[in-house]
Amino acid sequence: MTEHSPYTYIIVMAAVTYLIRVLPLTLIRSRIKQPLLRSFLFYVPYVTLAVMTFPAILSATGSVASAALGFLCAVFCAYRGRSLVQVAAVSCAVVFIAELFI
Amino acid sequence: MLSTDLVPSRTACFWQGVRDGLPIAIGYFAVAFTFGIASKPFGLDALQAAFMSFTNMTSAGQFAALGIIGSGGSLVEMALTQLIINLRYCLMSCAVSQHLPDGLPYYHRFLMAYVVTDEIFGVSIRQKLIWPCYIYGMLAVTVPGWTCGTALGVLTGKVLPLRLISALSVALYSMFIAVIVPAAKDSKVLACLIPLAMLVSSAFNLLPVLRDISYGSRIIILTVSLSLAAAYFFPVHEEEEEQ
Repeated sequence: MTEHSPYTYIIVMAAVTYLIRVLPLTLIRSRIKQPLLRSFLFYVPYVTLAVMTFPAILSATGSVASAALGFLCAVFCAYRGRSLVQVAAVSCAVVFIAELFI
Repeated sequence: MLSTDLVPSRTACFWQGVRDGLPIAIGYFAVAFTFGIASKPFGLDALQAAFMSFTNMTSAGQFAALGIIGSGGSLVEMALTQLIINLRYCLMSCAVSQHLPDGLPYYHRFLMAYVVTDEIFGVSIRQKLIWPCYIYGMLAVTVPGWTCGTALGVLTGKVLPLRLISALSVALYSMFIAVIVPAAKDSKVLACLIPLAMLVSSAFNLLPVLRDISYGSRIIILTVSLSLAAAYFFPVHEEEEEQ
């Protein structure tokens, strides 16, 4: 087995990851007109973000309880129309304080 | 929010990107710090780990890479692993392509593609038109946050206080919530689709066989199937997209 330098690995992974990101951005240069495809791309961000957030957020902290509390507070603040930074700051503070007690 | 019709002033748009990117950068710093510490036992020095972070800008893929480098895996294995874990960026880029200003030159597309990360995608996609200067503002703070966090993690080797990491990790997820919850308020379909997606995602986490599917594949399978179903049964009309 040949030993590769870490830099060789890093360049290979960077190339693969960049290609994944750059191909759609350069190949799709116009508005997609096809209704099904348009609607599909409209829903993609919301589904991806939902799937990435839950249940992963529950294991992001030291305990499920503190994470769940942070999650609920974030949902509440976002529902009340708070800004991105406010939502992030509140949930951050809630988890930090909750973990003092848990 | 930026105006959707007018070309915004480049400076204002850049600073808006910096403002929106700052919380992401702080979260990245904490996660990257953890990544730096994790990469040390696999024989990476600070420069190598920071170089990996700088060139890849992806967390799950980089953590997976450590195991492959540590075990002396093949370059093909590395490429395939990254492809599977990071293929979700392809979907994200497809979505972003529909938000770019008409006739945007290639060099902007090449540079913007570099920072299609989960968080930057999530935050920027709220805007009907995503201007390059906005993304560059985010890039200017998030890339240093991710890269420096990694280097410092390797160099200090000391774990940040656990509670601090917990709190900052949750902040990254909260940003996703700040994006999807208001959208769910405005659309009945999204109000059903988003909780459903979370529920199915939980099922994939718990059920046998399903839970063996890798992180990257799970996101793609669920995103494609649920979005396609929603698009089929509840096609979106142009005016709804304006929101």
